[in-house]
Amino acid sequence: MDFNFTPQQNTFREELREFLTAEVPLEKQEVFGLLTEEQYQFGREINLKLAERKWLAIGWPEEHGGGGKGPVEQGILAEDMGYWRVPKSGSIGLGIVGPAIMVFGTQDQKDRYLPAIAKGEVEYCQGFSEPNVGSDLGSLELRAERDGDEYVLNGSKMFTSYAYHADYMYLLARTDPQAQKHRGISMFIADLKTLGIGLTPLPYINGEMAAQTTFDNVRLPLSCLIGEENRGWYHAMTTLDYERSGLWRYANVRRVFDDFVEFCNDSSPDGGQPLAEHPLVRHQLAQRRLGMETWKLLCWNVAWMQSSGALPNSEASVAFLYGSEERLRFAEMAMEVLGPYATLRSGSPLAPLLGNIEGIHREAMHLHGAGTTEIHRNIIAQRGLGMPR
Amino acid sequence: MDFALTEKQEILHRSAREFLEVECPTSVVREAEESREGHAPELWRKMAGLGWLGISLPEQFGGTGGSLTDQTVLFEEIGRALTPGPLLTSSVLAAQIVLNAGNDAHKAALIPGVISGEIILTLARGERLETASRDGGLTLSGDSLFVPYAGLATQIICATHPAIGASPDTTLVLVDPNADGVTLTAMESIANYPQFLVDFDDVPLPDDAVLGEIAEGTPALDLAVQRATVVQCAETLGRAQKVLEMVVEYAGHRVAFGRPIGTFQAVQHRCADLRVAVDGGRMLTYQAAWKLDQGLPSGDEVSMAKAQAGMLSRVATEAGHSIFAGISFTVEHDMQLYSARAKIAEANLGDTEYHLDQLTI
Repeated sequence: MDFNFTPQQNTFREELREFLTAEVPLEKQEVFGLLTEEQYQFGREINLKLAERKWLAIGWPEEHGGGGKGPVEQGILAEDMGYWRVPKSGSIGLGIVGPAIMVFGTQDQKDRYLPAIAKGEVEYCQGFSEPNVGSDLGSLELRAERDGDEYVLNGSKMFTSYAYHADYMYLLARTDPQAQKHRGISMFIADLKTLGIGLTPLPYINGEMAAQTTFDNVRLPLSCLIGEENRGWYHAMTTLDYERSGLWRYANVRRVFDDFVEFCNDSSPDGGQPLAEHPLVRHQLAQRRLGMETWKLLCWNVAWMQSSGALPNSEASVAFLYGSEERLRFAEMAMEVLGPYATLRSGSPLAPLLGNIEGIHREAMHLHGAGTTEIHRNIIAQRGLGMPR
Repeated sequence: MDFALTEKQEILHRSAREFLEVECPTSVVREAEESREGHAPELWRKMAGLGWLGISLPEQFGGTGGSLTDQTVLFEEIGRALTPGPLLTSSVLAAQIVLNAGNDAHKAALIPGVISGEIILTLARGERLETASRDGGLTLSGDSLFVPYAGLATQIICATHPAIGASPDTTLVLVDPNADGVTLTAMESIANYPQFLVDFDDVPLPDDAVLGEIAEGTPALDLAVQRATVVQCAETLGRAQKVLEMVVEYAGHRVAFGRPIGTFQAVQHRCADLRVAVDGGRMLTYQAAWKLDQGLPSGDEVSMAKAQAGMLSRVATEAGHSIFAGISFTVEHDMQLYSARAKIAEANLGDTEYHLDQLTI
């Protein structure tokens, strides 16, 4: 057992913090529930600067434009970027698409897609969910039919985050409707400028603008197929496990928790004792501190497993499930402590912590990322504990 | 960063499990419970023979000199098997106090015996224990509640105060439970856990009774309590892991509505929640052990581990009794052995609320 980072990893973290302190002042940091276009673009600029230092894809092999380090360094990056509330961009390319191409892509695809991701030059969105398909993803309906040296796509993808910023979509489509459901799916990368792709705005309650993405006779060259035809489901499941530590999400919330603790130590609403010394508040803060620490360790457990060459599966679901629920527990607790002030949104002069508490409460309704909490419990029970289906 | 066990720890974990599966079936646990001593003398001698009582005690006294992390690995298995006996009390809590506070003579007189199992130590704490000087010597008065295994103890370490209310600083003294003026009264506890009310009526103490300096025992006591708390978390973790395995196994073959109950999400999700709690408990417990092994300030880490262990115990108890349902309400079924011991552990060395209150905010 060793809970320490190596001296090199500590040095990396120190250098990263110097960089973030200089480049990401408080006024540039994202407020929960309030992601502006300007902030998104700022996040892109930060990614470019990180890429110049070979830090953006620090865990990737150098041959693909990465930093040649591993999942622990990638975790340190995620943790500190999250804590500095750097508006997130590029994460789907870096976390999911890149690794999938590294494992299943051709040399040509590696050369075409990977360096641009590592340089922070492109944004990807993910096309998994559909209007009729969520948890039972294997039943997806978007069709991709082979026509000569092209695939023709028809159907629709739902909940496309980053759609309005993305250059490409990484998607799953049904290539063999006759096959058993998981065995007729293939993985593609589609250039979003391709004729026939349409976006319908789908505003989220956290302030993000997502889309429904429609495919109307969209023609993709064969070179857009990643891996084997009809093996896309299995390719996707393998690479979904790649970047799943969830450290970014943890640190995002941890930052607001730490700010909230400070707020409770500094605020004496009745002119008496600080909030944090009120026994009921103190007790709840202690419970959440324990929750945050548990969440952090469960995330690092996933990153460590990856660094040791293991493929975390139910362990990633443990961390993700715990995080979703802990984030909600914290949001509810903080709102309770703040009373009616908790309802004030960012922009209100009286909103505590820049409105972050109100915002994080909305964000905490996101109980379905990478699978609903129920799906994660199913994964833990069935894949982790081997319970019968 | 490396959360894997070392090869030696893996061997320890496997061999301890194999040994206890053979030597400590629940029939032994029940026998120890029924004896009201909470002890299995034959098993005790065998465990001593394996070096388990000295696993993290210094080699110069016959111990293995292992780390607290090694001990944590071992005690996960000890907890898993519901192993009876004063392992935690004597070989961890009390032995660490002697190591931290005692002089060379104390250590030489006590530690080898603790390791061989021939000496059993326990700890009496409480606000109502005071030492006073009389005729050039010390006397001990007052009483202490919840003193574990006092009935088996060779010596009781008393954490006393110079005078009630006079100073927060602790004086650690060794007392012979058979000395005049010492009275033991068994307290009736869950699963016959052997806890005692110990009354000290003006007990004169020999010159060498004081461990360390008068009124300077607090750091030695606190450090020993921290280590014992981590080891107790390991026991809780081992028990919860075993309950998880038991319910998953049972749900896999118990049929209701024409199918194994393990196919129902309501049952699966309870098991998943227990798995989440076990995983969290493992990380927090090993983090605390590692931190203490590094000699770093560990108060918050220990308290987080113990606070979570209490919650983990409740999740395990509820999952166990809920999934085993009716049969687990019988004395005959083993689940009650786990839930009783979970509650004892939860209440000892500070419960969840106590440890949450210790956290830096």
